[in-house]
Amino acid sequence: MSFLGKLSLDAIPYHEPILVFTMAAIAIGGLVLFTLITKYKKWGVLWRDWITSVDHKRLGIMYIFVALVMLFRGFSDAIMMRTQLALATSGAPGILPPEHYDQIFTAHGVIMIIFMAMPFMIGLMNIILPLQIGARDVAFPFLNNLSFWLTASGAILINISLVFGEFAKTGWVAYPPLSELTFSPGVGVDYYIWALQISGLGTLLTAVNFLVTVFKMRAPGMTLMKMPIFTWTCTWANILIAASFPILTAVLTMLTLDRYLGFHFFTNDGGGNAMMYINLFWAWGHPEVYILVLPAFGIFSEIISTFTSKRLFGYTSMIYASGAISILGFIVWLHHFFTMGSSANVNAFFGVMTMVIAVPTGVKLFNWLFTIYRGRLQMTVPVMWTLGFMVTFTVGGMTGVLLAIPGADYVLHNSLFLIAHFHNTIIGGAVFGYLAGFSFWFPKAMGFKLNVRWGKAAFWFWIVGFFVAFMPLYVLGFLGMTRRLNHTNNPDWNIWLYIAAGGAVLIMFGIICQVVQLYVSFRDREALDDETGDPWNGHTLEWATSSPPQAYNFAEIPEVHDIDAWTDMKEKGQVYQSKASYEPIHMPKNTAAGVLMGLTLTIFCFAMIWHVWWLAIVGLVGAIAVFIKRCYSNDVDYYVQPEEVLATENAFNLSGSAKNNSKGIKA
Amino acid sequence: MLIRNLCNIALASTVLALSGCSGGVLDPKGQIGIDEKNLIIIATVLMLLVVIPVIVMTLYFAWKYRDTQTHEIYAPKWAHSNKIEAFVWAVPIVIVIILGVITWESTHSLDPYKPIEGKGKHLTVEVVSLNWKWLFIYPEQGIATVNELVFPANVPVEYKITSESTMNSFFIPQLGSQIYSMAGMETKLHLIANEPGTFKGFSANYSGAGFSGMKFNAIATPTQGDFDKWVSDVKAKGNKLTKANYYELAKASENNPVTYYGDVDKGLFHTIIMKYMPGMKDMKGMKKMTDMPHDMAEHSATPSISQGEE
Repeated sequence: MSFLGKLSLDAIPYHEPILVFTMAAIAIGGLVLFTLITKYKKWGVLWRDWITSVDHKRLGIMYIFVALVMLFRGFSDAIMMRTQLALATSGAPGILPPEHYDQIFTAHGVIMIIFMAMPFMIGLMNIILPLQIGARDVAFPFLNNLSFWLTASGAILINISLVFGEFAKTGWVAYPPLSELTFSPGVGVDYYIWALQISGLGTLLTAVNFLVTVFKMRAPGMTLMKMPIFTWTCTWANILIAASFPILTAVLTMLTLDRYLGFHFFTNDGGGNAMMYINLFWAWGHPEVYILVLPAFGIFSEIISTFTSKRLFGYTSMIYASGAISILGFIVWLHHFFTMGSSANVNAFFGVMTMVIAVPTGVKLFNWLFTIYRGRLQMTVPVMWTLGFMVTFTVGGMTGVLLAIPGADYVLHNSLFLIAHFHNTIIGGAVFGYLAGFSFWFPKAMGFKLNVRWGKAAFWFWIVGFFVAFMPLYVLGFLGMTRRLNHTNNPDWNIWLYIAAGGAVLIMFGIICQVVQLYVSFRDREALDDETGDPWNGHTLEWATSSPPQAYNFAEIPEVHDIDAWTDMKEKGQVYQSKASYEPIHMPKNTAAGVLMGLTLTIFCFAMIWHVWWLAIVGLVGAIAVFIKRCYSNDVDYYVQPEEVLATENAFNLSGSAKNNSKGIKA
Repeated sequence: MLIRNLCNIALASTVLALSGCSGGVLDPKGQIGIDEKNLIIIATVLMLLVVIPVIVMTLYFAWKYRDTQTHEIYAPKWAHSNKIEAFVWAVPIVIVIILGVITWESTHSLDPYKPIEGKGKHLTVEVVSLNWKWLFIYPEQGIATVNELVFPANVPVEYKITSESTMNSFFIPQLGSQIYSMAGMETKLHLIANEPGTFKGFSANYSGAGFSGMKFNAIATPTQGDFDKWVSDVKAKGNKLTKANYYELAKASENNPVTYYGDVDKGLFHTIIMKYMPGMKDMKGMKKMTDMPHDMAEHSATPSISQGEE
């Protein structure tokens, strides 16, 4: 084994024009960014206020930044796939040979689920959840920073695979025996394993962190049944993460042992059994989709009740429905492989259990409907996303129940019908939810509102684009087109493939509108300024803080008497009132340990992927050393002094009450 | 009755929407496929009974209670009603109970492992997925083909399925169900063609670079006589598939042409399944396999995926 393991100059795909172009773009972009940061002398700010920050709000913003960057990457993959399939019809080869195309569809799946949807969800949870329960930060602020950097490490590894070597060519599920060394001897599957493993660890730590936060740090008076609905759905998602991500860790470890040490967990020979991988993968993979969608359900609930100026209908029902979805989500995994030869009783059981999930989900839909009923619905951008979701997701739910019937799945399994279904629920459910939450909570995180006109344009492009891109896939599924084909030769399919490609272009315009929206809103931030901290007349405690909130969130922890705690306080006239004096506030200090551990572990994973054993040892020992040093450090906290708190609070309360008086709200 | 009528309406509209498009799962040519199509339509219509009202209500409520409609009732604190709660739980439960019964029944009647009743004796075909082609062995006829499957119409066919290497899924959309092929294991599928014709078949589970070319024609001959004639034609071509040259065939290749083997080693399918059994690991390739005592291959426990409750 050479000094650099399997790594050599040949690992760089300089003969692939698309990749060379991408690399050049990344290099130029990186250079521009570097120059700008240096020119405006922002390195210090970046390091102090962001990279080493343990503030949950800033970490949340960084999570969402990662999610948006990875959305561009994942969407580039998507548009390349749709282009390939629109060109490679009637026997034509298209532009992407299987060698390249197979990496793209694998990367698209992994990126969109693990590095777009998850960070987006966790980012929103980071920003909002501690505020909603009236806490000053999460239970373990350093751990929160570490979780972020572990997620970022995974994302970095995936992007490194563009430049060094290749990504997996197995599909995002990486089923063995295809993902075993015999059939995938390259480094692609290793990139997959380590990127998922390290970001999965970050996600698991996040779940533990937020579960402790929710159970131990709620404001006085906030019983579990007075917790805001978004916090509740996030809590259910965190319970699912804590229960399911260890399965992913274990199954990836087994695959690692197979590939690195010649074990036989899932190989064809030596008594291995690939069916075990498939079972374990989905025992994580199915709960994973509920992890993505439950917080989105919470976001819709918050938005609907806020913009109808009304209490959420059936709060208790909603919580039990979410709980039922979480528990049922664990006993349906077999529906991902009805075609693997299980007996009729087994298939029927899992089919029926899957349908049962439609009950709590249906209840939620009806509860949103009855929240609108006798309300005063303002047609804002978050509301448009919510209504778009309710229509889209209903269709996706229906096709999901259809796929849950084994007899139907026998002919629809792995077809484009399935692809249409899960995009229908993940885009129409989770992503619409995150985008709704993004525009809803943007002023809270950034201090100014988003431009409405561009927001509405983005919404219309997205939703029309979604239907144009994915409804044809339902048809193609019925026409017998299976997933992951590199080229087709069936004239009946062509028209639908062309339409789908057109839909992807419409979605691209939607994404462009959102970029423009961010730019325009930033440009006009003075006019869009949110001085009150409560731009939508919200119900819950996150709106009790300034926008963006003070580092310590609450100068004094509020007392909670109602589910809609902030509305309750507004009605009692207990808001925007400064006290004569404040207690000192105990806060966690920033730390570089998280980013250093992320860096060293990225080095460790990269070295493991390329079999550079000495470097792997350096990386791992480095990470452990940083961790031990951090454990023995006493310099982890500080106090915000009363005078500083008083000055901040006075300034905020003055502008808050002034604005509210002018709006005629009793304060 | 209502459901039947709705079925017909849905069927008509679906057919209209997909007119000019044939060859998919909504254009079945075999009994299993026909039953599955009907199942899809019944389930869809049942669900539309809830889905359409929900979508209509969403848009209607959003319109009716928009903030400019100040004359509408506004009840900001109204958040609970036992009647509505009971209704919103009951409606999905009722639909799911109906669907659940349909699911239970249909899963048993459409069980891919269940032989097709009342159509006489099954023809047996042994299916092996290779990288990246399909091998079909006819044990009763003693012939084999690559990337072409021939059988008589109106005769049920029993497929015994395995894989040489990666996992694939054996699928002929117009005839109905698919089942995975997995190395070292045997899965089963029973299909029938109700009319003669040529149907497209392929792998429905991604298995690597040559996956897109893993296609074959499934040809249902009009009569048993036609099938018998085809068999004797193949036999006349000679070209024996032995365990030795199976090893050559198993090497990765893409877009294979149709190949016929007029003779095939007895027990080849079994040998392929047994190849990964513990203890056989040292026997490199298929050559050694021929030395294997035949009764061992025949009688050791075949790790087939058996029906759960047995």
